[in-house]
Amino acid sequence: MSGHIVPVKIYVAVFFSLLILTGLTTFAAYIDMGMTHIGHFTIDWNTVVALAIAVTKMLLVVLFFMHVKYSPGLTRLVVVAGFFWLAIMVALTLSDELTRGWEGHPKAWSTLLPFLHF
Amino acid sequence: MSEHSAQMVHGHSPALVHQFETEDQQREAGSLGMWLFLATEVMFFGGVFMAYIVYRALHLPDFIQGSHMLDVKFGAANTAVLICSSLTMALAIHAAQTGKSKSTIITYLILTMILGAAFLGIKFTFEWTSDWREGLVPGFHFTYGGPYASGVQLFFCFYFFMTGLHALHMITGLGLLTTLTVMASRGRFRAEYFAPLENSGLYWHFVDIVWIFLFPLLYLIGGRFGGGH
Repeated sequence: MSGHIVPVKIYVAVFFSLLILTGLTTFAAYIDMGMTHIGHFTIDWNTVVALAIAVTKMLLVVLFFMHVKYSPGLTRLVVVAGFFWLAIMVALTLSDELTRGWEGHPKAWSTLLPFLHF
Repeated sequence: MSEHSAQMVHGHSPALVHQFETEDQQREAGSLGMWLFLATEVMFFGGVFMAYIVYRALHLPDFIQGSHMLDVKFGAANTAVLICSSLTMALAIHAAQTGKSKSTIITYLILTMILGAAFLGIKFTFEWTSDWREGLVPGFHFTYGGPYASGVQLFFCFYFFMTGLHALHMITGLGLLTTLTVMASRGRFRAEYFAPLENSGLYWHFVDIVWIFLFPLLYLIGGRFGGGH
């Protein structure tokens, strides 16, 4: 009658995992993990690790503290849709922003360049 | 109305309103509504995060320089404080679910409020006040003239806007917790009915998640080794 009751044990385990991950992400920031260049992209491994830990922490909070692991399918759908819409915004914006320099300007513009003030 | 359903209508707990069949259905509908609201909040914060991502990509060395001017220990301590507050919030709901006394629920709610206030205290007194003293507040008191000065100013615009928006949500959360404490003291929550607790808890955890992302993005970007790039 009162929904799924999550044992206190699980809350405490999630709590300590979150604290450990916070320590880990802080510690990881002081290690230079370097960068990898692939084509036009640069992967900054420190940022990748920091975001991976943040996503893990978010999943722990969402699944256990926010009870999504025990929620009906409709609620889960809304949760996933919320993040999916965010992903659409980020992906489409970056597909523009990160690729602008790839092609340079059209050749025909070269004749105009001396007259253009950027 | 059949005799059977009429009997159900009169046999249920007083917390069940008439448009719902069961208490579970009522609670699930309420939590679905709360999640819909949180989905709009994801997009609300998402716009600021998107702008941050684009400007960080455009001015990476400036953002790293700005980030190195923040104090990691306050950021990390505040993350821990918020995680503790999420635990006490979850335990407050657990106490209501398992029919614990109202004083148990109130204790957890007050602990959550103390931790929330501690977060804001650290943010305002140790961080924002010292940022002001160091002249790092764009538009009001910005005196930094070192490397990447204009990009650092942009970073601090994001820093104050993002942490400010988050702090505003924390203050709203403290308001909700105050209301919940009053409701709990009037004995409004039982094992059959604790929807305001559960839905405010969802909000509180959401605000925690926003900080879980703000901490690495603002304090740890590009790593803390060396002095800028």
